[in-house]
Amino acid sequence: MVEFLQQLLNGLSQGGIYALIALGYTMVYGILRFINFAHGDVFMLGSFAGFYVGPLVLRFFGGTPSFLVAGLTLLLSMVGCALIGMLIEHLCYRPLRHQPRINVLITAIGVSLLLENGGQFLFGADPKSFPDLITDRAIELPAALGPFSALTITLSQIIVLTVTVLLLVVLHLVVRHTRTGLAMRALSLNPLAAQLAGVDLNRIIAITFGVGSALAGAAGILISIQQPSIDPLMGINAGLKAFIAAVLGGIGNLPGAVLGGFVIGLLEALIVGYGSPTYRDPIVFAVLIGILLFRPAGLLGKTVLEKV
Amino acid sequence: MKFSANPVFLVTLGALAALTPFISGINPYYYDILIGIGINLILAVSLNLVNGYTGQFSLGHAGFMAVGGYASAWITLQSGPTAGTGIFLLSLLVGGLLAALTGFAVGIPSLRLRGDYLAIVTLGFNEIIKGAIQNAEALGAQRGLGGMLKHTGFFTTFACAALTILVVHNLVHSTYGRGFLATHDDEIAAEASGLNTTRYKITAFVVAALFAGVAGGLYAHFKLYLHPEGFGFMRSMDIVVMVILGGMGSMIGVCLAAVFLTVLPEVLRYVAHLEFLPMWLRHVAENRMIFYSLILILLMLLHPQGLFNIKRKAARGVA
Repeated sequence: MVEFLQQLLNGLSQGGIYALIALGYTMVYGILRFINFAHGDVFMLGSFAGFYVGPLVLRFFGGTPSFLVAGLTLLLSMVGCALIGMLIEHLCYRPLRHQPRINVLITAIGVSLLLENGGQFLFGADPKSFPDLITDRAIELPAALGPFSALTITLSQIIVLTVTVLLLVVLHLVVRHTRTGLAMRALSLNPLAAQLAGVDLNRIIAITFGVGSALAGAAGILISIQQPSIDPLMGINAGLKAFIAAVLGGIGNLPGAVLGGFVIGLLEALIVGYGSPTYRDPIVFAVLIGILLFRPAGLLGKTVLEKV
Repeated sequence: MKFSANPVFLVTLGALAALTPFISGINPYYYDILIGIGINLILAVSLNLVNGYTGQFSLGHAGFMAVGGYASAWITLQSGPTAGTGIFLLSLLVGGLLAALTGFAVGIPSLRLRGDYLAIVTLGFNEIIKGAIQNAEALGAQRGLGGMLKHTGFFTTFACAALTILVVHNLVHSTYGRGFLATHDDEIAAEASGLNTTRYKITAFVVAALFAGVAGGLYAHFKLYLHPEGFGFMRSMDIVVMVILGGMGSMIGVCLAAVFLTVLPEVLRYVAHLEFLPMWLRHVAENRMIFYSLILILLMLLHPQGLFNIKRKAARGVA
């Protein structure tokens, strides 16, 4: 039982990371109807931004790891990723907006490969160890919990979950209660009508990419606090899993992406805990295929009829 | 289907047979590149049937190559060190058929999806095939599979490549094959004209998988070592880049791109060793994928119909 709870806990903190990345996929899909293949690599860039900026922040605050150092690094990395995301959209996707979707897809794959291999070229292909921005330690559980006090909860797990929930709340408030959020929702519902009502398409798309990429950047820092070994290809797998999470929850649906992220995180933890790590990826992909075949709209999505 | 190009094909085979003794004598380095070109020709031309002519987007071609490669290697390994050319050719055929069967099994569920989704699902199947091999002890699992004999030669490879080109060309230019192009151009209109587009898609998928399997078998008896990691997403991307660069749905273009992209890494490797060049340039040259990705992006932004695409528009107008 304790073992099971431990797996669930590990799954939750991994799931939070997937949820943050999945949101970026789903937001872009909701508006542009295309899968931003390069999104997973923006997550990787977030990690590397922290790798290079983190030590500077650390030195600025006297060299002692603290919440402040980690928080500031997180913010800087989010801003950096937001800029990169908007740059990618501006240079690579915007000129192709009226081209066949397959061309945009190919471009996105190209951008993804460029970031991965450019990353290997610039940062080096070998894994790097992420600086200690915050001293990770196991939290002692009170003995009063009985057998459950044997659970290992680390500080980093708590940070990951807290920050994830915090970001989700902020995103929810932005999307639901600001004019920009309203414009995003309007565009995703009916782009033409939204434009007629005065929504600036280019601006909203740029903001969407910025917000999505910032969330991916945050996920990049959070995962590095938890598993401090980063490399330029770390975005491929995480990106694919987060994409599967977005599809599982219903692509274009924000709560769905979060739900999907946690489900995939938990599923993976259980497979690794009770099965074998080599089965993890095949099973998760099988879930994707299953969902596309039997419930293509996802868990929370609505089935949309295709009009001819 | 009318195999109108048969005389051409026979002449090609004859020419290949006549060339074989000369080719076998050349520098082994060039010989290896040549075999690589042949294998990539088969892979690119077969994928072009799906991604080019039929307008689907498969990202899992390396998975079928893996099925064919492992099946073929397993067969020759089972029949021991005395396995002759007969067994090898048989193993190629069985590998191809097994890959075709896999293509059929993969195609039926996934071809209901379109565009981005199809790309992801085929990628997913590729990963599942890779995962299955990683867990199969009989196929060497994580250690990889080795010990095959070097059966793949110049003649076999290029005969297979010529056969692939012949079959794909004739298939697309037959009366039946017009359906592939129709599926590509407008699926709804094709359906309305009474074409079963799903069947066309699956046919294209199965034929492509068959040849990818044969290419895998050739690869297995050329490199003499197979590892599941070699058949992942990156390998699939290599083939997709060939098709896109050549111009999706252009036979000549895709063939040229296959040759070009097989030679390019070797040229880049040569450039990386030129001492008089600045260090950073030599580093860039070592990483061919940077070039591939830049080529993809710039191509889509500036010239989306492909680099080597010759006369495609005019030819299509007649149909």
